[in-house]
Amino acid sequence: MADVTVDARGLQCPMPIIKLSQALGLAAVGDTIELISTDRGSCTDVPAWTADMGHVLKEQIEQDGEFRFLIQKV
Amino acid sequence: MTVPSLSTVPKQEPAAETQTEREKMVIIAASGDLDKAWPVLILATTGAAYGMEVTVFFTFWGLGILKKPDAGVTGDDWRQKLLSIFNRGTTEHLNLSKLNFAGMGPRMMKDLADKHKVASVQELLTLAQEMGVKMWPCQMTMTLMGMEREDLIDGLDVPAGAGAAISLMKQSTINLFI
Repeated sequence: MADVTVDARGLQCPMPIIKLSQALGLAAVGDTIELISTDRGSCTDVPAWTADMGHVLKEQIEQDGEFRFLIQKV
Repeated sequence: MTVPSLSTVPKQEPAAETQTEREKMVIIAASGDLDKAWPVLILATTGAAYGMEVTVFFTFWGLGILKKPDAGVTGDDWRQKLLSIFNRGTTEHLNLSKLNFAGMGPRMMKDLADKHKVASVQELLTLAQEMGVKMWPCQMTMTLMGMEREDLIDGLDVPAGAGAAISLMKQSTINLFI
């Protein structure tokens, strides 16, 4: 279960990444953040951002036109 | 949503920032077109989300983006006044570089952006400022177009020139001219 959920459904680039970065900034090390997005661009943006920032993408699933990501803050 | 554990002090800085000095990103915003101002601010906010120290240098028509809505006619010279009338600037009056159709194009584009929840140029500008993106108005453009600091929005950095821009770009990882 994620510590924080970021609902970015309906938002377009670059807002899912902005919201995710803000949530991670506030989270504690080790926390997991769940991001839900409907922007298909998130499928490439979120893994890229997470890897570049040194965090861990633990899960990435597509379900009913929604993209769910589970990210752990390092 | 549950509240993050309070046993650890929340770390504000992204993980990558702790090891080294923050990477820099510089964007030269030279265009006052809506379709250029938009990517400038999308990339600036995303750069900030990457924990980068982002600076946008607004020059020539790009400076218009930073105009205050009530700036009105600026300058002393009749040519400057004429420029300020035909180049109203502000995030509200930016034209499209093509298919402008006397303002109908931008209006349609903004309606579409609204419909698809694409953040507006004004929203992104405010967000960029909140995220600590530095905004440098070009001093030479201000002089050329007869704009004073009070004709521009609040929260900007000190007006600067090409020297300061190049100095920063020499240390910067990403440099863009849009």
